[in-house]
Amino acid sequence: MSDNPWQDDRGNKDASITNKEGMGTVPYSSEAGGAHPAPGGPFLIGEAMTGGYGKGPDILHECTVAVDRGEIAVIVGPNGAGKSTAMKAVFGMLDLRSGSVRLDGEDITDLSPQARVARGMGFVPQNNNIFTTMTVEENLEMGAFIRTDDISETMEQVYELFPILREKRRQPAGELSGGQRQQVAVGRALMTRPKVLMLDEPTAGVSPIVMDELFDRIIEVSRTGIPILMVEQNARQALEIADKGYVLVQGRNAYSGTGKELLADPEVRKSFLGG
Amino acid sequence: MDLLNAIVAIANYVLVPAISYGSQLALGALGVTLIYGILRFSNFAHGDTMAFGTMVTVLVTWWFQSLGVSFGPLPTALLALPLGILGCMALLLVTDRAVYRFYRQQKAKPVILVIVSMGVMFIMNGLVRFIIGPDDQRFSDGARFIIKAREFKQATGLSEGLAIKTTQGITIVTAVVVVALLFWFLNRTRTGKSMRAYSDNEDLALLSGINPERVVLYTWMIVAALATIAGVLYGLDKSFKPFVYFQLLLPIFASAIVGGLGNPIGAIAGGFIIAFSEVTITYAWKKVLGYLMPEGLQPEGLVQLLSTDYKFAVSFVILLIVLLFRPTGLFRGKAV
Repeated sequence: MSDNPWQDDRGNKDASITNKEGMGTVPYSSEAGGAHPAPGGPFLIGEAMTGGYGKGPDILHECTVAVDRGEIAVIVGPNGAGKSTAMKAVFGMLDLRSGSVRLDGEDITDLSPQARVARGMGFVPQNNNIFTTMTVEENLEMGAFIRTDDISETMEQVYELFPILREKRRQPAGELSGGQRQQVAVGRALMTRPKVLMLDEPTAGVSPIVMDELFDRIIEVSRTGIPILMVEQNARQALEIADKGYVLVQGRNAYSGTGKELLADPEVRKSFLGG
Repeated sequence: MDLLNAIVAIANYVLVPAISYGSQLALGALGVTLIYGILRFSNFAHGDTMAFGTMVTVLVTWWFQSLGVSFGPLPTALLALPLGILGCMALLLVTDRAVYRFYRQQKAKPVILVIVSMGVMFIMNGLVRFIIGPDDQRFSDGARFIIKAREFKQATGLSEGLAIKTTQGITIVTAVVVVALLFWFLNRTRTGKSMRAYSDNEDLALLSGINPERVVLYTWMIVAALATIAGVLYGLDKSFKPFVYFQLLLPIFASAIVGGLGNPIGAIAGGFIIAFSEVTITYAWKKVLGYLMPEGLQPEGLVQLLSTDYKFAVSFVILLIVLLFRPTGLFRGKAV
């Protein structure tokens, strides 16, 4: 990206003429390629993904993550292992040099992130995952922007799942606590009625009590039948609820298996779970 | 009686002109603040966008006048206004296609767009002068006054008259209607909310399926409408001269920043603050003080703090004070 002269940050700090707040980083894509059928395999899979940001070095190397119907799949690993990057790659936010992403029997590698949303992927980014200046209800409405049918039923479901949001629905989302914000973020993603939900560190920066509650909620969401692919810092807790776990190290699959297998694996325990 | 006379004099020379000038600035500042909030740069071409929209309106007004079309006591320009807005929209959308879109695709940093908008400013500036010329143009017709000074004096028996020009009345009514519509649009409609969402968090808006090109398109269209309305109202109230519109950029930017960039309510408040400061500081208070001060203490000079030639200094000073002491503006816009 640094080789693009238009993105030189020099002289860009004067907020009386430039507004950097909330500026986008997702690459511009007016024309994205189409999807083509690729039957078989898990419901959502990013297979042998290799790639990085812009023209920078590769961050992911032959990395594979997948989730099947009714499952929770968790990606764990040390800092800088490329967990979030793998998530973004599955969502189409960085260019893959090789590998493919398939959703529900279709190859969607060439689709833009927007097109993937339209095809049923719901994504909750790690940071800036709510519209802070808008009310909770407006956040949910915006989540359902691509839908043209009646959204009140889905909104009711979200409020049932996260009762606190109903109480706070007229309040600007930016005024909520960390845990409540995460609920808004997940609620927003659920509003599209996604076929698969991707969560990037949903428990980042919340207290342990709130974290437990969020995990409970995530299990509840998964019980409604939505497959969940999630990145987590709290590896032990995440693997406990996971049907499938991936341990990434330096952008590669180091270990994978069911959550229980990984928790029992002495190697994994030693290097990532603190013994 | 003296007190009443003083109040009427203040209303006539300060309140009414400042309110109508403030409305014009507020509409201009709303356009600037929308572009800043949604497209994320300060649009230096805004003054010339106003000039272009007004120019189209003026030309259509002349055409209507030549056809004998009139709007009764109201200025014909109001009939021509929708066409002026359409013309301005066309210009902005063509500009966006030809210029800004490229930089959007490059994900250019806002500061680059600021400089680009300066280039656009020069082109629009030239375009307007090329078509209508650099001179003063008058295009207001219809009844000149809602309340005439002499009638007011006769009706009230005061020695001070209050005059309200038709254009001032129209300005205030139009501004109220336009602002109400804009707020309704931004807060109640799906498209308006999507524009706020895009302004708040571009990436998340994208992930929610909001089409950025759509948002940009609507923003330019709304800005074109606001700029043309502001320009036409200013032109009706005073006169149309391209260079004056270019100069309006300063008080308009001052209004937007004083109120808090990116905050529409701030833009309106800022417009009135700048307008009232400009008018009160450049007004000669001799007459009012003459009524209010006791016999013998009445001032001999004009008691004009600043000559009208220096009125732009007022916006500058207010801008400086606000930036020094409250950089986010009075209504908590984006931090400067």
